[in-house]
Amino acid sequence: MSGLPETEAAREWLETMTLIRHFEERAGEMYARAKIGGFLHLSIGEEATIVGSTRALRETDYLVSTYRSHGYALARGTPPERVMAELFGRVDGCCGGHGGSMHMFDIERRFMGGYGIVGGNLPIATGIGLASDYTGTDDVTLCTFGDGASNQGTFGEALNLAALWRLPVVFVVINNQFGMGTSLARHSAVTDLQRKGESLGIPGTRCDGMDVTATHAVIAAAVSQVREDRRPVLVEAVTYRFRGHSMADPEEYRTKEEVAHWRERDPIPAFGALLEGKGILDAQAREQIDRAAIARIDAAVEFAEASPFPAAESLYEDVYVLDQHARGAYH
Amino acid sequence: MAQLRYREALNAALREELKRDERVMLMGEDIGVFGGAFKVTAGLLGEFGERRVRDTPISENTIVGVGVGAAMSGLRPVVELMTINFALLAFDQIVNSAAHIRYMFGGQVSVPLVIRMPQGAGHQLGPTHSHCLEAMFLHVPGLLVAVPATPADAKGLLKTAIRDENPVIFIEHESLYGIRGEVPDDDQVTVDFGHARIAREGADVTIVGVSRMALTAERAAETLAQEHGVEAEVIDPRTLRPLDLDTILASVKKTNRCVVVEEGWPHGGVGANLAALIAEHAFDDLDAPIARVSGADVPMPYSKPLEDIAFPHEPQIVEAALVSLGARPAASGAR
Repeated sequence: MSGLPETEAAREWLETMTLIRHFEERAGEMYARAKIGGFLHLSIGEEATIVGSTRALRETDYLVSTYRSHGYALARGTPPERVMAELFGRVDGCCGGHGGSMHMFDIERRFMGGYGIVGGNLPIATGIGLASDYTGTDDVTLCTFGDGASNQGTFGEALNLAALWRLPVVFVVINNQFGMGTSLARHSAVTDLQRKGESLGIPGTRCDGMDVTATHAVIAAAVSQVREDRRPVLVEAVTYRFRGHSMADPEEYRTKEEVAHWRERDPIPAFGALLEGKGILDAQAREQIDRAAIARIDAAVEFAEASPFPAAESLYEDVYVLDQHARGAYH
Repeated sequence: MAQLRYREALNAALREELKRDERVMLMGEDIGVFGGAFKVTAGLLGEFGERRVRDTPISENTIVGVGVGAAMSGLRPVVELMTINFALLAFDQIVNSAAHIRYMFGGQVSVPLVIRMPQGAGHQLGPTHSHCLEAMFLHVPGLLVAVPATPADAKGLLKTAIRDENPVIFIEHESLYGIRGEVPDDDQVTVDFGHARIAREGADVTIVGVSRMALTAERAAETLAQEHGVEAEVIDPRTLRPLDLDTILASVKKTNRCVVVEEGWPHGGVGANLAALIAEHAFDDLDAPIARVSGADVPMPYSKPLEDIAFPHEPQIVEAALVSLGARPAASGAR
């Protein structure tokens, strides 16, 4: 098995994937209990893609994700307490309750946001890449987006500009087989998504997004290449979400058999078994990782419950930065 | 003070801010080699180089989005869109990203981005290049909206826009690029946002004119004085957000009559908004209904005689003021 990390890193990857899984499952429960409002897009099934890609980044690199954003925040190190509190709409949420499920953000960890508009994040990631290039740092920006977003105008526009200006952006298309409820073959003329940047001279690669080591190996190579060459690349991570597009999804567009087939490839037990087989972790240690994740999510829910809702007086906070050179009424 | 054209004043503001702050950079279609569709950026590529003055592909939504991302991570980008109608291609990034990022991410980041664009009729460019859409941007919390009418304001407001931490929609007027006016040479002189310009003092009627209409209103005021003995006070708000409502209300308190003039469409427009605010705050000061003069409620036609009657001119403002003063019978309202 190539790409298997050192013992401590391997354990941390499994821990983070497990944490994301339990976080998402609990979030689903909390949604059913009306603790969470709006839409809730879970990334259950996509944990290897999330951890494999984010672990290819340095702390100083930037990460931009989509509206399926909880897992990316957690993988980047945002405390689950803050993410859960955001879902609960509380003041201690990572965005103070202004963003919700689709709009996680953590400036300290250079997690530059979840974005609610499909494809809207690609130009923003390109702009962050421009700032890195402009200021002469060797930071890389990793931008994830779904297979559905590869049909948006911003996909062609942003990739063209990034290639033209030689910006350090790794574009990762998370091919989870569906743009909401429309399957890849029904929404994209080219289903070999890694090739969609070819007309712009952007090389593409693909990784098995259900395999954390394979994902990490491919994306780490892409990140190094981009850091070195200062040119964008496109990586297709092939994965599957086990749950619906959002909690409001009767899943009439796919069969139970198809879901069951992909569930057999569940990335978390697969990676756990691999580590056990290699003698890196024993069964007891795997069990311990699972229990620790559950305990942490218990604490996150407790924290979110205890955190107050934002005060009514805070409604207008952070709409504008008030400036001494501006007078008059902002609202 | 120097006599500069409006476009030269904008150019001076960009040059000074590029010199002052290394983080300032320009992006837009044909702003470099071509010098800008209206020559606002002429000479800047040669002076500051490709790194800081960037020609972009024709990708409005992405250009603005790139500006947002760059602004979030430390730069102070100034994006030029060739006309205000093209900004509609970028509405996703302007509204969902630029305007809302600070709020939706709980104040962790700001978006110090300026998006410049010209608006306005008069050049027979028809229904996709001539509109006045400031109301669409004014509608959105999170954006600031500047509408300079004079060369001095063009320079001073643009410098303030670049220095402000918020996303600013900076709306220039196509018909004003060639006008001349006194402009301060001092690179430290700026014009504050939310500070209206009293273009002419008068005690009989208040006329608020937006963008080019501030100048048309000034000419109308001269006619009112010379031909009708009416002294109008003309107010140019200079920025629609933040809005210097206090100056407008103080004037209405003095004159007891108000005419609001805009070039854009009447429904849900800037004039409708100003009229509502004035009615809410100064109802008891008013001796006549607030009058609105606006562009016609049609897509801008190409043919010269039609285009000419599709946006306000001096006589309509004079007429509205006289109606407000009771010197003329009221005609039907805006339509």
